[in-house]
Amino acid sequence: MSDYNFAYLDEQTKRMIRRALLKAIAVPGYQVPFASREMPMPYGWGTGGVQVTASTLVPEDVLKVIDQGADDTTNAVSIRRFFEVTAGVETTTEVPVATLIQTRHRVPETPLTEGQIIVYQVPIPEPLRFLEPRETETRKMHSLGEYGLMHVKLYEDIARHGEIATTYAYPARVSSGYVMDPSPIPKFDNPKLDHSPAIQLFGAGREQRIYALPPWTSVQSLDFEDHPFDPSRADGECALCGSKDSYLDEVITDDAGGRMFICSDTDYCARRSEGAA
Amino acid sequence: MYVAVKGGEKAIDEAHAWLAHERRGDPATPVLDTAQIREQLTLSCYRVMAEGSLYDLDLAALAIKQARGDLIEAIFLIRAYRTTLPRFGVSAPIDTSAMLCLRRISATFKDAPGGQLLGPTFDYTHRLLDFTLLANGEAPLKHDERDSLAKGMASPSAEPLARVSDILGNDALLQAEPTGDEAPGDLTREPLEFPADRALRLQSLSRADEGFALSLAYSTQRGYGRNHPFIGELRVGVVEVSMEIPELGFSVVIGEMTVTECETVNQFVGSRKQPAQFTRGYGLTFGHTERKAIAMALLDRALRWEELGEDNVGAPAQDAEFVLSHADNIQATGFLEHIKLPHYVDFQSELELVRRLRAEAGQ
Repeated sequence: MSDYNFAYLDEQTKRMIRRALLKAIAVPGYQVPFASREMPMPYGWGTGGVQVTASTLVPEDVLKVIDQGADDTTNAVSIRRFFEVTAGVETTTEVPVATLIQTRHRVPETPLTEGQIIVYQVPIPEPLRFLEPRETETRKMHSLGEYGLMHVKLYEDIARHGEIATTYAYPARVSSGYVMDPSPIPKFDNPKLDHSPAIQLFGAGREQRIYALPPWTSVQSLDFEDHPFDPSRADGECALCGSKDSYLDEVITDDAGGRMFICSDTDYCARRSEGAA
Repeated sequence: MYVAVKGGEKAIDEAHAWLAHERRGDPATPVLDTAQIREQLTLSCYRVMAEGSLYDLDLAALAIKQARGDLIEAIFLIRAYRTTLPRFGVSAPIDTSAMLCLRRISATFKDAPGGQLLGPTFDYTHRLLDFTLLANGEAPLKHDERDSLAKGMASPSAEPLARVSDILGNDALLQAEPTGDEAPGDLTREPLEFPADRALRLQSLSRADEGFALSLAYSTQRGYGRNHPFIGELRVGVVEVSMEIPELGFSVVIGEMTVTECETVNQFVGSRKQPAQFTRGYGLTFGHTERKAIAMALLDRALRWEELGEDNVGAPAQDAEFVLSHADNIQATGFLEHIKLPHYVDFQSELELVRRLRAEAGQ
């Protein structure tokens, strides 16, 4: 692949993205517009995350790519292979070994450590989008800190269902005051964003936005005093490793209603199973 | 045992092998040559060039072949290639007044200097399947047809044709467009932000999905933001592309390309800001892509409501943020199709919620 630059993107583009990243780090939770490029994989497949990873990656990095918590889902395989070919970096499935983790829809169960970077793939970076479709309006709302609409939505959920009916992409307020979309991770993962020692970068390619959380940033999921945030998970334990604390996927095992629960984080599950054996 | 998501890597390899096999089709049929696509499916190539924003017929033909004829997939291949190309500079604006026209029609005047030039158009064909083509035959041209065609193709329009809009503009019946040398923005280098100026809107529309542009333009004709368009002029032909070479101190022609330009003349009864005058919508696209160029001109005009002091009647085609945010088929198809990707985790969290809510409702 000598036809392409290290990690595919040309250096000019990387510089443009790094500038956006620096700005994003400086203003946590603020959505920085950037001139997203067409990538050789479709929008919606993680082009934002891929561009952020490509601009952050150095040859010494050890890369881990997960989708739905798993290293072996098709799109995780595809993105990992892309960087193996274009950047020639070492890859891993183990969280403690990785220096850079690109993820879609999950935060690993294994706590991240200082010096690590986690890159989230983001479809819709705007937490207010489904309340107000216009970008011109939502940018104004962010700059005025006008989040009343969001609280009304959460309140209406409680009035109607007795609880907040948002289970993933659960909005959170960053210490800077901005409300952000944590990407479509289950709300179970939201607490992991708060005061994380790792650098957290969020890339939305199609929507041309980058935002970030520097290490040790306060990230509080929106809630009410009398309806505190509840990071729920399926009741049960993993059928493979027995974990009672991890986020579980439900797997249908037969056509007679049989099902089992297993960890969505395959690395966590595999290392627990090995340790137990 | 749970194996559903294991082996993703092997599955991808097998899928790609199968795809390659399907692309080739029955090996008993001859391989499709990209030159055949370029020469015989030229309008497909033009669409791929226009929406891929890259003028290269051979690469468009290759992309169509590789994409098994899926034009949006082909456009995607071209876009992904285009974005890796280095930029050497910016050409001088092309001069469509100097175009050698293959086709030039006006719907506003029966005749205009240089005349109406039909060119290669489907407009008056009767849409009857030609079964000679099915038998791989071609109806031979008559002698005199061949002679006049050879003559016409050799010198499309010997002289540049005056623009219909200039003729109207001389009487100030048609609103003049601003002139200037300032560099327009570039939506492939800067994120599109709103409000977008007309140059950026036109860039976006020029690479917009043909189907999307067509349907939205059609909606304006049916009353959702009607703007009374006439085709002032539609011209298709070859223009020179020239570039200023700093070392030389003058500009040199670096190539030619075929473009389609459409200028609509739209009724405008005037507003508080301006007296009655015709206004225009503008469309310019790569290749011979006139459906797209006309649609672009209608949409351009609809999006100009604000600068002309017209009412916003709430029509989709008047809403720049709506139109420009959804016009790009590569963005649209990516996001639409991404819902094929695994969403187990989000679905699981929804499943838990629905079960819980149902259990509570049952109590």
